[in-house]
Amino acid sequence: MAITMTDAQARAASAGFEKLSLRGVTRAYGKNPPALRDFDLELGRGDFVALLGPSGCGKSTALACLAGLQPLTRGSIWRDEERIDTRPTEQRGFGMVFQNYALFPHLSVQKNVEFGLAMRKVARRERQQRALAALRTVQLEEHAGKLPSQLSGGQQQRVAIARALAIEPEVVLMDEPLSNLDAALRIEMRTEIKRLYQERGLTVLYVTHDQEEALSLATRLVVLRKGRLEQTGTPQEVYTNPVSAYVAGFMGYRNLFPASYLESGAGREVTVSAFETSVTGTLIAGEQPVSGGEVTVAIRPEDFTIAADADKNAIKAIAEVVEFHGRELSVQARTAAGGVLHLKTDQSVVAGSNLALTARPDRVLVYQGGLDRSELDIEVGAA
Amino acid sequence: MTATPAPARMPRQPIRHRLAERGIDFSLLLLLPAVAVIAGLFLYPFIYGVGISFQPQAGGGVFANYKNFFTDSYQSGSILKTLRLALPVALVSVGLAAPLAYQCRRDFRGRKVVTLVVMLPITFGSILIAQGMPRVFSPYGWANLLLNDVGLPQANLIYNYWGTFIAAVLTTLPLSFLMMMGFFGGIDRSLEHAAATLGASRAARFWRIILPLAAPGILTAFMLACVEAFAIFPSAILVGQPDNQTHVLTIPIYQAASQNSDYTQASAIAIVLTAIELLILALAVFVRGLLFKGPATGGKG
Amino acid sequence: MTAATLAPAPAAPPPTSTRRRPTVTAVLTWLVAGLFAATLLSVLASVIVTALSTSWGGGWLPAGFTFSWFSQAWNTPGLADSIKVTFEVAIADVAVALLIGVPAGYVLARKKFPGRNAILLFVLLPVILPSLTYAVQLAALMYRLGIGGTLLSVILVNLVPILPLVILITVPFVEQISPDVEHAAKVFGADNLRLFSRVLVPLLAPGIVAAGVLSLVRVLGSFELTFFVSGAKTQTLVVTIFGALSDPGGPPPALTAAMTVFYMAIALLGLLISLRFANPAQTLARPARRVL
Repeated sequence: MAITMTDAQARAASAGFEKLSLRGVTRAYGKNPPALRDFDLELGRGDFVALLGPSGCGKSTALACLAGLQPLTRGSIWRDEERIDTRPTEQRGFGMVFQNYALFPHLSVQKNVEFGLAMRKVARRERQQRALAALRTVQLEEHAGKLPSQLSGGQQQRVAIARALAIEPEVVLMDEPLSNLDAALRIEMRTEIKRLYQERGLTVLYVTHDQEEALSLATRLVVLRKGRLEQTGTPQEVYTNPVSAYVAGFMGYRNLFPASYLESGAGREVTVSAFETSVTGTLIAGEQPVSGGEVTVAIRPEDFTIAADADKNAIKAIAEVVEFHGRELSVQARTAAGGVLHLKTDQSVVAGSNLALTARPDRVLVYQGGLDRSELDIEVGAA
Repeated sequence: MTATPAPARMPRQPIRHRLAERGIDFSLLLLLPAVAVIAGLFLYPFIYGVGISFQPQAGGGVFANYKNFFTDSYQSGSILKTLRLALPVALVSVGLAAPLAYQCRRDFRGRKVVTLVVMLPITFGSILIAQGMPRVFSPYGWANLLLNDVGLPQANLIYNYWGTFIAAVLTTLPLSFLMMMGFFGGIDRSLEHAAATLGASRAARFWRIILPLAAPGILTAFMLACVEAFAIFPSAILVGQPDNQTHVLTIPIYQAASQNSDYTQASAIAIVLTAIELLILALAVFVRGLLFKGPATGGKG
Repeated sequence: MTAATLAPAPAAPPPTSTRRRPTVTAVLTWLVAGLFAATLLSVLASVIVTALSTSWGGGWLPAGFTFSWFSQAWNTPGLADSIKVTFEVAIADVAVALLIGVPAGYVLARKKFPGRNAILLFVLLPVILPSLTYAVQLAALMYRLGIGGTLLSVILVNLVPILPLVILITVPFVEQISPDVEHAAKVFGADNLRLFSRVLVPLLAPGIVAAGVLSLVRVLGSFELTFFVSGAKTQTLVVTIFGALSDPGGPPPALTAAMTVFYMAIALLGLLISLRFANPAQTLARPARRVL
């Protein structure tokens, strides 16, 4: 029968941890298409890795497999040179924060936080001290005697974090911990999590569908698509150079539209036909497309410039909706063909005015092939 | 009612609105037939029964029916005999059903089959069970043939206490099982996952998380099993020993009503039965109030 | 609600890694379960085999087999009447219980009004209290009103346990439907009748079916209530069978067993229909958890 680790064993074990690797992890339910396919991931000590993607992309599955809550169909998980996927969850020693908090309703806040320590047979006094210390870190010490049902959502989430941290785990796993909180609280808690990560030198694997959260928290981003790894890199890298139209769509490249390839220029420069004009951009993915072949273009709203009318290669559109965002305006414009474009500008624009839009070729990303609009759950504008 | 003549005051709301504020409107009419049926066919008969119990058929004063019952040690002894049967039946039913319900709390491939087998006693009822038991448990029945073949002594399991006991467990266990399967399954799975990530082995997860959360439900299931077993009837006659070992409380009721046609006596004993049942229920509510009674979810609610 | 469980995730495949070895407790539990199933199935099987036997003294199997008991049972005067009565009572009771109980359940689930808790308590009692606590008084009342022994009285008494059952099953199903759905329907012009027929009934359909089938099963097996009010010609099948069993000079066991097989067929049909549409575990567990 499985025996859980004592606290001393856990501390000794964690002293040597350098990296966790998932190698070729596949998880399939019966005959259904796998939720996770051939997934490789390396998590180094001190990393904050965010798994990003829409629902169903496999990110939560990857976390569950790492935690041992789901068995692997194929592949393995390693902690340095030691294989751990054959170990049950209770022997892996990871802390985990759940989307619905999963606080034990029949135990007080303090007993909740003490639970992991009790499982490791920590002596009572030390248990209490460490639990209260953990609660102090999340500023909930005075609520120690209450039941979870007496706390607000944000407070419950903080207790869940304290509970995971109290056992001083090697790695903290977080499964969309903020998605059940309202917007203001979410931003506040995000900063809390970042602060804890930095102050205590944690190693975190964080699952989210919110790109803003991922960008602000992570040291490394991993974007998943239909169970496979699509791109991995620093937030800066993924944000500036998305490797596919799918990733671009996720990283806030709100303007995604199909176009036809015309010709190539110097280096990776290509010219494509869209919105009744020719647009010059940079080919990111794919080799020489055939003339007239389908490509997808991605442009960030902030990369559009409103040009003087004289520029004949500008995209002509009429401003439809103008939103005031303080330092800039967010404009939704419609081309003659009915396509929708989004841009941000600090010039003054009035609804109904004519606009001529251009963008620098290195900020116009071109990807060979079409894009399945449903994959991203966002609207792709028609050209 | 409409606006008052004095211009300085707000006109009063029509009475229909004021009642609607309290929740009384025409939709309550939908409730009326049901209330009428329950009041007329359940509450009123109780009151009627109490009434006639104080009008004994053979005379002898208002309390004659009750006096006759309680002074006759053979009759009043039935209460103890019923208790001797009901408590063990409830304990065994819940005790055997709980672990099985725990195993079945999450869906798995054979769960439909298990549910079907469990539903059979509820569907067929205790009379059918009692009918089939002699061929299995009597001295010449299958069970004893099997024991003989294996070299074990005969088992005397029918037309006595054990016959009724077995029949009762067969009919009580299924409902306990279904109730508790619901309770165990209602405990949020993420609680078990959280406990596992914090280092709890399977045993620790059961004793520390699941059992405390399911305890109120298990207690309720036990009390309901008691209530059901206390009013056991057909199997006490068919496979028990209705004159002696299984002379349960329902039998005097039956004898008074159908054999002696004395509905006043029968009602009196039925009232005694009801009083005991309500006592058990009250006890259940009281003990349950002492236990934890919160949501068995992860706290999001 | 279909026959699927509440959990949205697909069922996990059978565990493959070594740590999922079954525990000792699990093995014991399933052994006990097996014993229970074996006892139950052998008890049921013995009835069927008896119905097929020519004569059966001791021994594992009867001396010979025959189907003649079935035709003999079918021609026994009391039996055909009993079957007819059983169907009539079942259909009438389930229909009335649904007609009265579903709207009542709706009102109790949606509206708050003074006295609601008291009514819920009184709705709960007939379900929890075994029928012998009130069967005799109810029978006495029926005879006092002059309808004792009639089909009407059998229908009325059996209404008492199943009407509350329908209500208790309907309530959680109604609570599952967000009130916003009804508000939306009203905003878009639906009057109360159309609200009920076009929005609520379709959404409540699974609950109504579940309640209907569970009530049907309960009425078919209902003994004590019918026993005390029924006359010779208004007995349901179970009452006839009990009479045959408890009468020392009654019909031979094989004949009674044949009658019981008819009863089993009817009841089994009801059960199989129910499992097709609803998961009884959830249907019974949800109101139980809520109320208790």
